[in-house]
Amino acid sequence: MSTSTLSHRVSDSMAFVAQQSKQLVIPLIGLLLFLFIWEVGAKNIHTSLGTFPGPVAVYQQATNLIGEHQRERQKEQAFYERQEQRNAKKLAKNPDAVIKVRPYTGKPTFFDQIGTSLVTVMAGFFFASLIAIPAGIVIGLNQTLYSAFNPLIQLFKPVSPLAWLPLVTMVVSAVYVSKDPMFAKSFVTSLVTVSLCCLWPTLLNTAVGVSGISKDLQNVSQVLRLSWLTHVMKIVLPSAIPMIFTGLRLSLGIAWMVLIAAEMLAQNPGLGKFVWDEFQNGSSNSLGRIMVAVLVIGLIGFLLDRCMLMLQRKVSWDKSAVLR
Amino acid sequence: MSQPPKHLELTQVDIDFPTPNGPFKALSNVNLTINKGEFVSLIGHSGCGKSTVLNIIAGLYQATEGGCLLDGKEVNSPGPERAVVFQNHSLLPWLNAYENVELAVKQVFGKRMNKAEMRDWIEHNLALVHMGHALDKRPDEISGGMKQRVGIARALAMQPTVLLMDEPFGALDALTRAHLQDSLMEIQADLNNTVIMITHDVDEAVLLSDRIVMMTNGPAATVGEILNIDLPRPRDRIALADNPEYNQYRHQVLKFLYEKQRSPDAQQSTKPASGAAVTLALTPNQTNDDTEQAA
Repeated sequence: MSTSTLSHRVSDSMAFVAQQSKQLVIPLIGLLLFLFIWEVGAKNIHTSLGTFPGPVAVYQQATNLIGEHQRERQKEQAFYERQEQRNAKKLAKNPDAVIKVRPYTGKPTFFDQIGTSLVTVMAGFFFASLIAIPAGIVIGLNQTLYSAFNPLIQLFKPVSPLAWLPLVTMVVSAVYVSKDPMFAKSFVTSLVTVSLCCLWPTLLNTAVGVSGISKDLQNVSQVLRLSWLTHVMKIVLPSAIPMIFTGLRLSLGIAWMVLIAAEMLAQNPGLGKFVWDEFQNGSSNSLGRIMVAVLVIGLIGFLLDRCMLMLQRKVSWDKSAVLR
Repeated sequence: MSQPPKHLELTQVDIDFPTPNGPFKALSNVNLTINKGEFVSLIGHSGCGKSTVLNIIAGLYQATEGGCLLDGKEVNSPGPERAVVFQNHSLLPWLNAYENVELAVKQVFGKRMNKAEMRDWIEHNLALVHMGHALDKRPDEISGGMKQRVGIARALAMQPTVLLMDEPFGALDALTRAHLQDSLMEIQADLNNTVIMITHDVDEAVLLSDRIVMMTNGPAATVGEILNIDLPRPRDRIALADNPEYNQYRHQVLKFLYEKQRSPDAQQSTKPASGAAVTLALTPNQTNDDTEQAA
């Protein structure tokens, strides 16, 4: 009897391991297949910059980029150390001496560009959400406003960032004038372009989520004579949360795509500029480096979406809902 | 003839709903007077406009003609003095039982009570419906009967002048329903609220009510007959099962529903039931006379 239960347990755990490894193995096979096709295909594509980079070439370029970044950081550190020693000497000679601290002005590396792009996309997305969520709530609650704004939203939603970009650039140059600007103009241009393009999914989804509140809950709110603000905070927002997050995730995806295009076209610092610079550079390594950027852009887009999903899990009241 | 002051009064209520094929007359000439502390059931076939009557009293619908007076004031918007227990509980799924009641209490007593008093009042009302043990449970963590209990506690916590119940036990199994009916009778004996309840269940109507308002089939539904239930309280469902009077009342309601109002195209106006010694049936005409005297 005891041996039979033991064998049961063993076979159960075997089945469990088999299932787990199946979940691991199948994506791995897919990945290997992709790498194989990539390698074979790349060999057969000959461009003016040499053969198309296969996985191995791309891996080499990735390590190169990391190496460049580390060398640049060492240079920067050395620069600051020299500057500090110089200033210390000056102060030792004359305690009242006016010392200068100059920032390091090296070429931004691949990883610096990633950082710039991330900051810009988050700022643009945050700015857009700040407008889109409240506007979506107001439009969703009021049928008249919804009818008034819906055609406009539908009109602007499909507009490509590239169409906005020249207009935004000109407007920002004309309007954002100050002696000591807090942000670089290129940053503001990217931010506004990103916001303009990623506003719409959040706006629409919030409006639809808000207008779809169950009639019963609206009746409860009416019987309780809840004030507008309490109604929004206690009833509208919690029931619209899933739709708002659907909109936010769509928006963030669009923001990331738009940003790369905007940086490429407007020569704003960031990953897009990195890709464009490499393209213009035209060395035999360029295609490999661009391919690294493509993969990194994809990975970051994926991670951004996962972050939103985690945020949604945290904010959502319904912990049992399946979020994917 | 001196009239006692009217508590709740529906006078010649008509309501039309707009449809693509022109207005649909759901109610026509509904007259009803309800006294303070009375338990009244509305009964009738599906689609006869019971819920519409309740929603007009709640202020969620506006009558096209006629209107509703509560203690001499016209009802034209919803308010907590006419608390509603909805058929499907309508609790906020993101709040637990305590917070659901708290939302109502804050709204009604926010200015008059301090925090400790509010806490006591919320707990008292949840204890009244035997939910004191599950204050921190969210609606998706409790059974249908428990949700409905919380819904009732929320309504009671508003200290309503009139408690409106829209098929409160319709979605529950028979045992849970019986428990909740007993709870409701206890509470009503305690607080002496005016209660208007919609039901499909003849036994429930006879067991709980002081009067049963039977409605004719729609469209243009109206009050068909009103049956006074003259059974002593407290009522016990087991003892009543063999009570001939109780069965006589049941029989009359069933007769109205299944003989006089059998199918939706049955005749609209009904004659008063004759021959039953214990009935006090009113035709729409008689109710009209009453209101005319009052005017």
